[in-house]
Amino acid sequence: MTMTHADESTSEAYVRDRMVEDAAPPSSSVGAIGWMRANLFSSIPNTILTLLGIYIVYLVVPPLIEFTLVNAVWEGEDRTACAQAHGACWPYVEAYFWTFIYGRYPDPERWRVNLTFFLFAIGLVPLLVPQMPFKREGLIYMLAFFPVAALILLTGGDFTYAGFFLPMPEGELRFWIEFLLVAAAVTGGIYLLTREAGGNAKGTALSILAGFGVLAALFFVASIDFGLVEVETPLWGGLLVTLVIAVTGIAASLPIGIALALGRRSNLPIVRLISVIFIEFWRGVPLITVLFMSSVMLPLFLPEGITFDKLLRALIGVALFASAYMAEVVRGGLQAIGKGQYEGAMALGLRYWQMMSKIILPQALTLVIPGIVNTFIGLFKDTTLVLIIGLFDLLGIIQSSYTDPNWASPTQSHTGYLVAALIFWVFCFSMSRYSIYMERRLDTGHKR
Amino acid sequence: MAVEDARPERATDRASWINDPKVRGAFYQILLVLALAWLIWEIIDNTRTNLEQRNMATGWGFLDETAGFGIILNLIQYSEISNYGRALFVGFLNTLLVAGIGVFLATVIGFIVGIARLSKNWVISRIAYVYIEVLRNIPLLLQIFFWYFAVLRAVPGKREMGTIVPGVHLNIAGLRAPAPVFEEGSTPTVIALILAIVISFVIKGWSAKRQAATGQRFPVLWTAIGLIVVLPLIVFLATGMPISISYPEFRDTGPMLMRGFQEGTGFVLIPEFLSLLLALSLYTATFIAEIVRAGILAVSHGQTEASYALGLRPGSTLRLVIIPQAMRVIIPPLTSQYLNLTKNSSLAVAIAYPDLVSVGGTVLNQTGQAIEIIAIWMLVYLSISLLTSAFMNWYNKRMALVER
Repeated sequence: MTMTHADESTSEAYVRDRMVEDAAPPSSSVGAIGWMRANLFSSIPNTILTLLGIYIVYLVVPPLIEFTLVNAVWEGEDRTACAQAHGACWPYVEAYFWTFIYGRYPDPERWRVNLTFFLFAIGLVPLLVPQMPFKREGLIYMLAFFPVAALILLTGGDFTYAGFFLPMPEGELRFWIEFLLVAAAVTGGIYLLTREAGGNAKGTALSILAGFGVLAALFFVASIDFGLVEVETPLWGGLLVTLVIAVTGIAASLPIGIALALGRRSNLPIVRLISVIFIEFWRGVPLITVLFMSSVMLPLFLPEGITFDKLLRALIGVALFASAYMAEVVRGGLQAIGKGQYEGAMALGLRYWQMMSKIILPQALTLVIPGIVNTFIGLFKDTTLVLIIGLFDLLGIIQSSYTDPNWASPTQSHTGYLVAALIFWVFCFSMSRYSIYMERRLDTGHKR
Repeated sequence: MAVEDARPERATDRASWINDPKVRGAFYQILLVLALAWLIWEIIDNTRTNLEQRNMATGWGFLDETAGFGIILNLIQYSEISNYGRALFVGFLNTLLVAGIGVFLATVIGFIVGIARLSKNWVISRIAYVYIEVLRNIPLLLQIFFWYFAVLRAVPGKREMGTIVPGVHLNIAGLRAPAPVFEEGSTPTVIALILAIVISFVIKGWSAKRQAATGQRFPVLWTAIGLIVVLPLIVFLATGMPISISYPEFRDTGPMLMRGFQEGTGFVLIPEFLSLLLALSLYTATFIAEIVRAGILAVSHGQTEASYALGLRPGSTLRLVIIPQAMRVIIPPLTSQYLNLTKNSSLAVAIAYPDLVSVGGTVLNQTGQAIEIIAIWMLVYLSISLLTSAFMNWYNKRMALVER
């Protein structure tokens, strides 16, 4: 544009050389007010809903704050402090807090529980965080080292073995001879079978032998006397029992669940039938009946002289129950793997177990991590049921603390339930967030 | 994975029979069956010896013995002199009662919360979110305890009324409300009511057909309401008003032990039932809400836009376009939630609501016949599970999208 200054007034009216500034949007459509108009009061029904919502919040939140903070009792030595209280009785929680965590686990031995928690945490973190290295080492640590360490730390170790079937005096010697016999028989049998089948007989036999070696080492370590005081399981309680049951349950249910899932998708009819019956049976009955069964019927099933303690019986029930659910989760993963993967593996000439362990399961199990975490959350919540068969998990120990006359007060039960709810909620909520995070991470958009 | 043997003919001469997948399959299966048979035989054998040693009774004879304990909630005639079999049946009916009402309530709450979670209204969707995330991450048993021990124990005592709204009272003995009393001659009224409901459904079907054929609409709702109210009312008046209402009778004078609500007046919900029902339905509703939300989100947004373009209002869009399509996604997981609720109702044993497990536990303690009782439990729950899944599979098939 060429400016002719001769006729300035007309040219200016005719062409603008700069954009006019945007007028500010009306104040009613921006900022907090605009947001409220759009989201809360856009129409009459919406406004009514908003007011209703605010009323619900008003009904719930202020009483909760009053109970936990305003009217709460903060200090005191026994029930007299809370006898007149209209709010939470925090001194009671303070007095009982460590019992909630450890149950009646003896005071001087509690470091062992702490150490177990710590060992568990450092093993878990590398497995959970996808970016961390040492996945393989972490897995070996969690599957071999940690269970033995936890067992020895929590019970005290120094197990004695009596042996089972050989006609000789009971004792360690009988057990170890039997162990050697079984190991030799299994290894020999498999060696012969693989040689007949034309496989790599020597390699297979060696790896099985190595497995038995590790097992022997574990048995041996468990029998060493580390000088730890024995703590019997009836003394365990609180969060410790909750975690022991949930973690053991999930750890035991994974291998069984994988086997069942493979069985359900196998093309051997009897294997499939048995898997389906097993899975549907456990999924069809409530956990509480399973727990009753394991606590009342299991002793009847066992040969004379063998007794399981209460916790172990509950663990067996929980593991069987959880494995059925785990099997369905794993089956979901197996079905999500494209047929091409199976065909590719077969085209490479892999055998069934090679195909499964090298190609299919690694992909399927990664896919179902969210499902596994969700099963774990369910199991974690369901561990509360063991209080019905007389074990003191977190909820059980809180429930039993109400009988303590020292702290009997009108708000004691409310306070106790609040603490229990808070602890369970923190655990479950963080796990569910993790599961959602993994789901997003794994959702690569390649699903068909 | 079926592997077709596609190797050329001469290869089979070289391969050993031991590499034949069929032979191997048969071998492993026989091995499995043998191992399982051994395990089962071992269990049966051990059980038999253990039972003999402990002098424990076996067999189903105990079902005919007198139970000797009372049950606080019975839908059929039951007293201390009834037998164990009847006691267990009463427990079974109580399980069905709490599960049935629980399923209904959980569905209603779940749908409301699930839709609220998707609401454009920020306050409502936040409240729904907080409700879901809080209740679903707290163990059900804890919630049952909370309702039973913390809430329903904190209400007024047995000798106080604890009125919530006029006519409805909640005290420590339970919730009391007016109840209809069906006197002699009330059958025609009940029949009229059922008839009116049936006719309404017939009209609804006819009207839908007519609308599909001609586009004309018929005021079904008003006709149905009219029918259901008027028809029984006419019969009721004609037969001389045989139905009366029994109000809960409260006495606050006289001997101390006689004060409070009088037995047999009004309608009572025992606190065990109330707390179990509340906990079960509020807990399960959170899962149903998430299922509903996922189902609605699974319906493509284009469906909403198209129905707006046709001039449907948001409410009608949700009801006529979105929900019917979302139902296909919702039904399978919904079924498993219903089953979960039914199975979770067995937690009743913790607060002594007399369901199947709770009554069974009492019977077990009295007779010591663990195997029979646990077998009954498992059989009943398994049959409920299998029947429900069979029904839901049938329903699902009916609702499924018919594709080319």
